[in-house]
Amino acid sequence: MVSSSHTDGIVAGRLPADTLAEQFGDLHPPLDAHEAAVAADRCYFCHDAPCITACPTDIDIPLFIRQIATGTPTAAAKTILTQNILGGMCARVCPTETLCEEACVRETAEGKPVLIGQLQRFATDTLMERGEHPFTRAEPSGKSVGVVGAGPAGLAAAHRLAMKGHDVTIYEAHPKPGGLNEYGIAAYKTVDGFAQAEVDWLLKIGGITIDYGKALGRDITLDGLAEKHDAVFLGMGLGGVNALGVPGDDKDGAEDAVDFIASLRQADDLTTLPVGRRVVVIGGGMTAVDAAVQSKLLGAEEVTMVYRRGPDAMSASKFEQDLAASKGVRIIFNAQPVALHGNGAVAEVEFAYTRAGETGLEPTGETFRLKADQVLRAIGQSLEDAPEGLRLERGKIAVDGTGRTTRAGVWAGGDCASGGDDLTVTAVAEGRDAAEDIDATLRGG
Amino acid sequence: MADLRTDFVGIKSPNPFWLASAPPTDKEYNVRRAFEAGWGGVVWKTLGLDPHVVNVNGPRYGAVWGADRRLLGLNNIELITDRPLETNLQEIKAVKRDYPDRAMVVSLMVPCEEAPWKFILERVEDTGADAVELNFGCPHGMSERGMGSAVGQVPEYIEMVARWCKANTRMPVIVKLTPNITDIRYPARAAHAGGADAVSLINTVSSITSVNLDTFSPEPSIDGKGSHGGYCGPAVKPIALNMVAEIARDAETRGMPISGIGGVTTWRDAAEFIALGCGSVQVCTAAMTYGFKIVEEMISGLSEWMDEKGYESLADFQGRAVPNVTDWQYLNLNYVAKAKINQDLCIKCGRCYAACEDTSHQAISMSADRTFEVIDEECVACNLCVNVCPVEDCITMEEMPAGATDPRTGRVVEDTYANWTTHPNNPSAKAAE
Repeated sequence: MVSSSHTDGIVAGRLPADTLAEQFGDLHPPLDAHEAAVAADRCYFCHDAPCITACPTDIDIPLFIRQIATGTPTAAAKTILTQNILGGMCARVCPTETLCEEACVRETAEGKPVLIGQLQRFATDTLMERGEHPFTRAEPSGKSVGVVGAGPAGLAAAHRLAMKGHDVTIYEAHPKPGGLNEYGIAAYKTVDGFAQAEVDWLLKIGGITIDYGKALGRDITLDGLAEKHDAVFLGMGLGGVNALGVPGDDKDGAEDAVDFIASLRQADDLTTLPVGRRVVVIGGGMTAVDAAVQSKLLGAEEVTMVYRRGPDAMSASKFEQDLAASKGVRIIFNAQPVALHGNGAVAEVEFAYTRAGETGLEPTGETFRLKADQVLRAIGQSLEDAPEGLRLERGKIAVDGTGRTTRAGVWAGGDCASGGDDLTVTAVAEGRDAAEDIDATLRGG
Repeated sequence: MADLRTDFVGIKSPNPFWLASAPPTDKEYNVRRAFEAGWGGVVWKTLGLDPHVVNVNGPRYGAVWGADRRLLGLNNIELITDRPLETNLQEIKAVKRDYPDRAMVVSLMVPCEEAPWKFILERVEDTGADAVELNFGCPHGMSERGMGSAVGQVPEYIEMVARWCKANTRMPVIVKLTPNITDIRYPARAAHAGGADAVSLINTVSSITSVNLDTFSPEPSIDGKGSHGGYCGPAVKPIALNMVAEIARDAETRGMPISGIGGVTTWRDAAEFIALGCGSVQVCTAAMTYGFKIVEEMISGLSEWMDEKGYESLADFQGRAVPNVTDWQYLNLNYVAKAKINQDLCIKCGRCYAACEDTSHQAISMSADRTFEVIDEECVACNLCVNVCPVEDCITMEEMPAGATDPRTGRVVEDTYANWTTHPNNPSAKAAE
């Protein structure tokens, strides 16, 4: 090995393979049966439970935990998957600390919620390890639905539609399914190829075909899909990344955090993956944390996340912020980029401290510079190439409560659609609910 | 510092905590460990005649668990000692010699004839033991041979054997009762009539802990079959307390010394048995679950509580709860309470609501923000909400003061005592004086 954490520039192999394997291991190792039994015992089986209300997919959490506690984890899995077909992934990536576990009455009582996320994983893993798919298709409806995007929203919609007896074709721009589950989430949250295994398992329902390498606007059009199918569901996510809009944004060494994460997730050998000695991540969301933590785990000497507002405004949860801090990531709040400096490649990033002014964020007048050989931009993503003829709302496809767009026969959900947080679990809920409405519409018509 | 010394029918021990006749007191090694740990006394595991019995070679215990696998109930099919009589006698003698200040009671079970009782009593007397306990309680195995609970279920036999024993030994005789009977007062009266110095109760409750759903065998399973065992542990404590109370307040047996047994797990349990009149308590399952060390908590807990209450000796509170055990017909019907939910303590689980709404009186309201409140117009003060609430003292029962109007009945709460015997709805009511 020639490079180390002290090697300048963006280089690969800063850490030996075994260290990397350890670093990128499961963030929350799975519960064994005994741990699950102990964790499940803590659930109070609340009436009209607050955790259910807090779950975007309304999983009957007390019921599935009771099913685990009584020795039927596969029944628990079915309870979960009935509401959320990607319950396995959500168990891994959901910010449970701001959803079900925040609402858990034992969080209120003792500051220690029931380990809902890990119990959900225990149940879904048990079922998936058996290779069972607990759902079957209804009688064929003779209808076909086109789904754009094989991410959480598209997969959830496709599965529910297939279950209802419709034939589904998913058009996916990438060579693999899964969307952000496959390309956009930190590796330590979904180890051992789980994203692909989950899709393989989901497709066992039958009636779903995935057409890869098909991007809307590039290879297919909404008009074409509307003509070919009885209904269309758009779940292609957000393809664009917001630019920093400061001088030097295009210098070598500056890249989008989503691209960095995607290369990492697709790398067969992490020792070949280059990372900077001094990495600066700009942004305050989950993508920023995922990029910062993984840079550190790859062996970067210094990783700094810079966010323009305070910790409370950060969309990454307190848990995520603490995770970053525990891995040695430094977080600077209340600072925004002014310029990227460097001769060709970035060498420093200049920031201005901010404060809340009357008309929004304003610079305090004080600036500082951080040394950087790699800059990762994570200040948000945007809808790219929105199909014409659909009304947009704050840059996203406008939908009503059931996912209907302003064009008849076209539904949308997930990050590309308005409404809801940009979370895997929210995307699943929107895909599922749109599928229900599509089914009702197709049967009604 | 409270004085825990106990004198139970002349049996002296430094504290009231004895190990019950059971596996923990089967041999010298265990009993020495128990005394080193601080136990006040033991009832040596039941001796019988030679040839000694044999035990099964498969599982002897079955269990019922609560949350986090906490052992709530234990069931056993072990018989009396399966070692030669002589071995036990020598060990009893050796241990008693080395621990003269501890209570050494020896449990006995021989056939229902006077000769074997006379024989074994003489042998036990030689050991220097303080007393004997007649095992009329064991509900499994030995009962099939006409001993144990087979005797304890027939008051006449109890009286007869107790009388033989009193006639054949100078040692105090304690009769251990089985709960597997409809009215515990009858065997207790029989023991009293037979001259027994005391009773101890309860022995174990006949039970099957579970059924294996793969093999369809009861548990514990011996080669695919199961036999009922004796149930003990925290789960049986309420049964034991009631039976102790029945004997303590019965006109014929009132004042008869009682050694309390049944689910004593903490100092608090022991204090409750003593408050119901017991002069000592016997422990088995708690020791089998956690080891002998628990007696330290029992001693420190009981001492601390007694100090707080100003009780200098056990006699200061022994039996204090007995006058408060009464028949339902004498309960004060003019006592009116309402549940009250402490909103600061409430964690909004809603279990009180589910329990009341689904299974009781629809007396708890639930708002959109999960505030749970008692509807006094509906609340009958049944206490179910208190019992299902996971937070201690979050829901309490508040007595309505005299003069207040109960919004459920529209009646003014009276300051007087009135019970069923004088209630107008009672066909046999007597006019109130």
